[in-house]
Amino acid sequence: MHGYSRALAVLGLISLACMLLSVSVGSASLSLADTFSVLTGTGTSLQQTLVLDLRLPRTLSAFATGGLLAVAGALMQVLLRNPLADPYVLGLSGGAAVGALLAMMTGVASAVVSGSAFVGALLSTFLVFGLAHGTGSWTPSRLLLTGVVVAAFWGALIALILAMSPARQLPGMLYWLMGDISPAANPFPALILLIFVCLLVFPLGRSLNVLARGPMQAAALGVSVRPLEWTVYILASLLTAMAVTIAGSIGFVGLIVPHMLRLVLGNDQRLILPACAMAGGALLVLADTLARVVIAPEQLPVGVITALLGVPTFLYLLHRSR
Amino acid sequence: MTRLRANQLVIDIPGRSSGQPLDFMVEPGQIWGVLGPNGAGKTTLLHTLAGLRSPRSGSVGLGERSLAEWKRRQVSQQLGLVFQDRQDGFPATVLETALIGRHPWLSPWQMETGEDERKAREALQALDVGHLQDRLVNTLSGGERQRVAIATILTQSPKTWLLDEPTNHLDLHHQVAVLGLLKAQAKRGCSVFMCLHDLNLAARWCDHILLLFPDGGACWGASEQMLVPSALERLYGQKLLTVDIDGAPVFVPATTTGTQSS
Repeated sequence: MHGYSRALAVLGLISLACMLLSVSVGSASLSLADTFSVLTGTGTSLQQTLVLDLRLPRTLSAFATGGLLAVAGALMQVLLRNPLADPYVLGLSGGAAVGALLAMMTGVASAVVSGSAFVGALLSTFLVFGLAHGTGSWTPSRLLLTGVVVAAFWGALIALILAMSPARQLPGMLYWLMGDISPAANPFPALILLIFVCLLVFPLGRSLNVLARGPMQAAALGVSVRPLEWTVYILASLLTAMAVTIAGSIGFVGLIVPHMLRLVLGNDQRLILPACAMAGGALLVLADTLARVVIAPEQLPVGVITALLGVPTFLYLLHRSR
Repeated sequence: MTRLRANQLVIDIPGRSSGQPLDFMVEPGQIWGVLGPNGAGKTTLLHTLAGLRSPRSGSVGLGERSLAEWKRRQVSQQLGLVFQDRQDGFPATVLETALIGRHPWLSPWQMETGEDERKAREALQALDVGHLQDRLVNTLSGGERQRVAIATILTQSPKTWLLDEPTNHLDLHHQVAVLGLLKAQAKRGCSVFMCLHDLNLAARWCDHILLLFPDGGACWGASEQMLVPSALERLYGQKLLTVDIDGAPVFVPATTTGTQSS
């Protein structure tokens, strides 16, 4: 539809602008003209290294992570028919953190840390959704409560690990916990996953719209509810695990972005999910840019910025809802 | 024509040890009313007939096959259900709500066309809520929401209509308007099967009646054979006064409670 492509085009332009800003700004700022000349293949070799090898991968990682988190949040919100669902609130990031810290404590390579975080996130997803599902169905209050309690358990484990770890590993661990986009990560698996999910929206989107009306209504309108719920659940877990692997635990992107977009664009998943991918990406790129420049040459963990934005938004949402 | 049929059907009500098997066929053009006190299993029966719950025993047939053998999407092209209560987790407009009735008819890759939107608008007009099409559903009154729900099934245009208390929340005029619309659908060859609480609406509009007793008993048949005061008093545990208006019975609850001691 016409309105949809216009909204997505606007978001696409905003995303590109954010990425351009992000690769230009930093400890050594480039002018836009310089950035363009690098991106078109000219420019000095120092500028080339700075933009293409250092900043661009990080920017792409930030974009992919933000997109994945926002889409994962939007999917969980449809699954639970609750606008407060989000990977961070549901305790999934805690599981990833425990996995990552355990790996760091033993001092293994960073690839193992990422893998371990991935496993931790998936484990936590299965734990939370499995326990909350029980014999009945995913009622929102039960799931949120299960998530919060499981998150508290992960929190205790995290404190335990921090207390037992050698002092020289603590700074890295704390950075990971606060959410930090590692400059070394390869952004492409995450970007490919993000694009794949956005394409899935075409066959699944209308069914998701109907599912948002409740499982019984959806079944009466011809949706195979159980398979669809499992698809959404596995996708959301996978997206979260991938995002956490790249950037540690970054909260609230999955909460703020879908909610803001729904206020502006309505709740058609065929529009909201790709819009979340772009807006979430753009938001995290901006937050990461801020994190790099606010106290330059030092860097803030990007998770600090998103949480500072996210906590007031979350409280406002809670306050507004019944 | 795909007739809906209950084959030795026992619905699954928690805590009820047994029930009388239901065995009936809803023919095109018929309007069935299900009457029974609270907790007798009217809603469970509707959900079972729609394939949303498994029966304890027996089966539901749609056309030549059992309901379980159809794909969910094919069922929803034949059979629509208006729920008694609705969730609204996310805000949606009235037009969007009516438009989901087209879901069974569109392939996963299709977007809704102008034609689908026209059908949804016409349905909203028919239920007298066309002027509300851009309003959010959660800002409407109970009666307006009920009419939007019926507009959604009209957009879906199934052959068999299942409705759980369609006159709930409706004022007198809209009760008659909605039942008139159902009657018009039946004239066009659809079949209608609905739970009602109002005996007099059932007497006026239904040609077949199913009585569901709280102990699991049931009886069904043509309206005039079912709507007799003794059976209805036993059904509700409530003494009734009956008057004849225009040759049709009108039932009024007596001020005393309890059944006749006959």
